Amino acid sequence: MADITNLLVEQVLAAREQKQPLRIVGGGSKDFMGRAVDMSLSELNLAEHSGIVSYHPVELVLTARAGTPLTELETALAENNQMLSFEPPRFGEGSTLGGTLATNLSGPGRPWWSSVRDQVLGIRLINGYGEHLRFGGQVMKNVAGYDVSRLQAGALGTLGAMTEVSLKVLPKPASTRTLVSDCELGEAVSIMNQRAAQPKPITAACWLDNRLYIRLSGAHSAVDATAAQWGGEELEDADVFWQQLRDQQLEFFSTDQPLWRFSVNPTARMPQLSGGWLVDWGGAQRWYSGAADFAEMEQIAKAAGGQVSLFRGGDRSGEVMHSPSPAAQVLQQRLKQAFDPDGLFNPGRLYSWM
Amino acid sequence: MSNAGKRVDREALAQRFRQFIDPEYVISDDETLKPYECDGLSVYCEQPMLVVLPETVEQAQQVLRICHQEGVPVVARGAGTGLCAGAMPHPEGVVLSMAKFDRILEIDTLARAARVQPGVRNLAISEAAGKNGLYYGPDPSSQIACTIGGNVAENSGGVHCLKYGLTVHNLLSVDLLTVEGERLTLGSEGLDCYGMDLMALMTGSEGLLGIVTEVRVKLLPKPEVAQVVMAGFDSVQTAGDAVGAIIAEGIIPGGLEMMDGHAIVAAEAFAKAGYPTEAQALLLCEVDGTSEEVHEHIDAVESLFKRLGATSVRTSHNEEERARLWQGRKSAFPAVGRISPDYYCMDGTIPRGQLAHVLTEMDRKSQECGLRVANVFHAGDGNLHPLILFDANVPGELEKTEAFGAWILELCVEVGGCITGEHGVGVEKIRQMPAQFNDSEIEQFHRIKAAFDPAGTLNPGKGIPTLRQCQEYRSLDKDIEPNAGAAAQLHAHDHDHGQGGHHHG
Ligand SMILES: Cc1cc2nc3c(=O)[nH]c(=O)nc-3n(C[C@H](O)[C@H](O)[C@H](O)COP(=O)(O)OP(=O)(O)OC[C@H]3O[C@@H](n4cnc5c(N)ncnc54)[C@H](O)[C@@H]3O)c2cc1C
Repeated sequence: MADITNLLVEQVLAAREQKQPLRIVGGGSKDFMGRAVDMSLSELNLAEHSGIVSYHPVELVLTARAGTPLTELETALAENNQMLSFEPPRFGEGSTLGGTLATNLSGPGRPWWSSVRDQVLGIRLINGYGEHLRFGGQVMKNVAGYDVSRLQAGALGTLGAMTEVSLKVLPKPASTRTLVSDCELGEAVSIMNQRAAQPKPITAACWLDNRLYIRLSGAHSAVDATAAQWGGEELEDADVFWQQLRDQQLEFFSTDQPLWRFSVNPTARMPQLSGGWLVDWGGAQRWYSGAADFAEMEQIAKAAGGQVSLFRGGDRSGEVMHSPSPAAQVLQQRLKQAFDPDGLFNPGRLYSWM
Repeated sequence: MSNAGKRVDREALAQRFRQFIDPEYVISDDETLKPYECDGLSVYCEQPMLVVLPETVEQAQQVLRICHQEGVPVVARGAGTGLCAGAMPHPEGVVLSMAKFDRILEIDTLARAARVQPGVRNLAISEAAGKNGLYYGPDPSSQIACTIGGNVAENSGGVHCLKYGLTVHNLLSVDLLTVEGERLTLGSEGLDCYGMDLMALMTGSEGLLGIVTEVRVKLLPKPEVAQVVMAGFDSVQTAGDAVGAIIAEGIIPGGLEMMDGHAIVAAEAFAKAGYPTEAQALLLCEVDGTSEEVHEHIDAVESLFKRLGATSVRTSHNEEERARLWQGRKSAFPAVGRISPDYYCMDGTIPRGQLAHVLTEMDRKSQECGLRVANVFHAGDGNLHPLILFDANVPGELEKTEAFGAWILELCVEVGGCITGEHGVGVEKIRQMPAQFNDSEIEQFHRIKAAFDPAGTLNPGKGIPTLRQCQEYRSLDKDIEPNAGAAAQLHAHDHDHGQGGHHHG
């Protein structure tokens, strides 16, 4: 619960002077993500830089230091019947706000309740010059200057150390129900898409082990009427199911096999393969568990209109994030140069060439 | 830093373009160039060297390559409805009009997405998708005219943003041409991508980073029902509190708009929507969703307004009534245009809690400088559109108006807001950028720009002030309290004014 900005800036300046790259660490709950990094690099630890800076429930805006644990944010929001609508996965007690934005991780409600990238309003960031900068703001609409805040989503800290994040938050729905039905994958994907095209209060759709899970949330009357219309078996303890999906605690995720994350056209037909599939986000996010060749997975993702990453496990010395086109690669390299000319932040974490 | 402005012979360049573009679409004569002089903010005018209207991406690519080679500035243009002089031409540059790219390429009903060319009008997407019960969310008031390419470049918003998001929230992928004429796609058919979010960076970049050549947007299912509650209040403060109370109730309205006393009177005189003209503030709260949900929430909103002391409450019970209640708000700008020869539309965002304070201060300043101001407000997301009423034929009045407008934007920053919510910086608000950003931040913006456009030939002089400009502005601000006379003079140095125009927003 402290503001250690000065200390962080000093560390960056020292690293710059000594040309010693840094490993940015928040809660350490996502160390498994990205490429394997040299653990002997000095740490730039944000965990101490924590605490809610301001929270105005009627403005739907919350600002917190980047090292603030998600649990602390969610507790404060719950007291006002609000939530982080992007349902960030918590891979441990320590999961922080900054790490969530850097990895751009959102939970089951993402297609309907937006992503962390969508909800971010502004950030503060220490760049590779050791400058502490502020971009965006604490208001819903702001088009002054380039959108540096959202640029961070998915950059895995390669552009700088975020110290503060402002977010749009949303009220919790009054009512939630989950319907389950038996169905095979192909049929589930088409049902998910058909339902998403209807103006009904759907907020999650997932397929696992030949079961289709549909979550409805909103006004009581609307949820009940839709549940009656769509039918299906009511899932007991539905909250536990969605929480375990969100935090990857379902049995599907507890495997030694490499875990792949596909972000694709929600209607895409994906090949059978020998491992297991879990479909989330109404078809737009697919998890695959099984050994595979990275380049082949990229081809599969491309054919499905999207991208893939080797999310967990497997060979983390090669590339783990879908390769950008040559032109997009050049732009990312130039942006890296624009923020971090000495290559101080998280070398090699996102791509081998950065 | 930039080799923009290197002299190139107009006719020679036109000849080169005419080799691969229909000669009719390479415009080089003064008369035909005229309509391209400005965007929706007509006080800023500039005649371009050339205007080209390519019909294929390959042609646009070729134009960029040649301009890049010759160091000729390129200014992209959609429908020219922008309100910050973002599409104002460069005198030694080429206007790259995307008007011919007006085809909807695909409506993917099942995946709820549309693939469109950048010159497609915003409303045309919803019209095309409507047959399948879908629509495109962001709905700027200019939606019958403005293009999706312009929307991407400005990150445009609309009345339904609080619930359905801005342009940036409704894009899946964007195809681009870089300043060198290189093609690339940002985003995908999926919801998330890996690596830095270049698509987000591109959105709202005002044509400074690349040319949008194709866009894949998300489509939403049309709500079953929408109903609107109109409520009059005897003070802005109470109306502002009512907005907070709706949100505290856990309701996110589809649209939530506020108008102040001046705007109510003007709109009612114009549209006869049945607004309470004695009210000091008016709220329009639209709830959409399933019929059950709308029913439940409309009841809640009505009783909340009454409890909080609304002086009048009316709810639409059919589409005709709903349209009538919105009619006043939708015609607020032309309505204000009727009570004043000219008006200037501002676009700041503030934390909603600061509304009463900001309006009170604005009133005080309005009296001080003798210019009336009417306010319409996207109350849900804190986006304020003060309309300053003036007469451009009165010498000095435009300058006074601009100084008042600048003062309002700086007030927005002071209370924790920003200088532009949806209209962009362009040329118009470049002077206020240093109020929101310090030199290191501005410098970081320049380094981003250089990563995309090292020679600085894409829409030069817009969006981000040079550090020298920042220093100038700051030292002038220190010396001069920006009120009427002095500030007017100072602004007169910033640019050549064209005819004082009508500003719609
Ligand atoms: C009556 C009226 C009401 C309005 N209401 C709203 C509103 O409610 N909400 C709102 O947000 N805005 C509003 N606007 C402002 C304006 O309509 C938007 O900014 C709109 O997005 C501009 O689109 P355009 O096609 O007219 O772009 P233009 O004005 O032609 O260009 C705008 C900017 O985009 C760039 N650009 C255009 N096309 C491309 C491209 N293909 N690639 C790269 N850059 C490009 C230009 O260089 C310029 O910087 C309103 C304007 C008017 C006149």
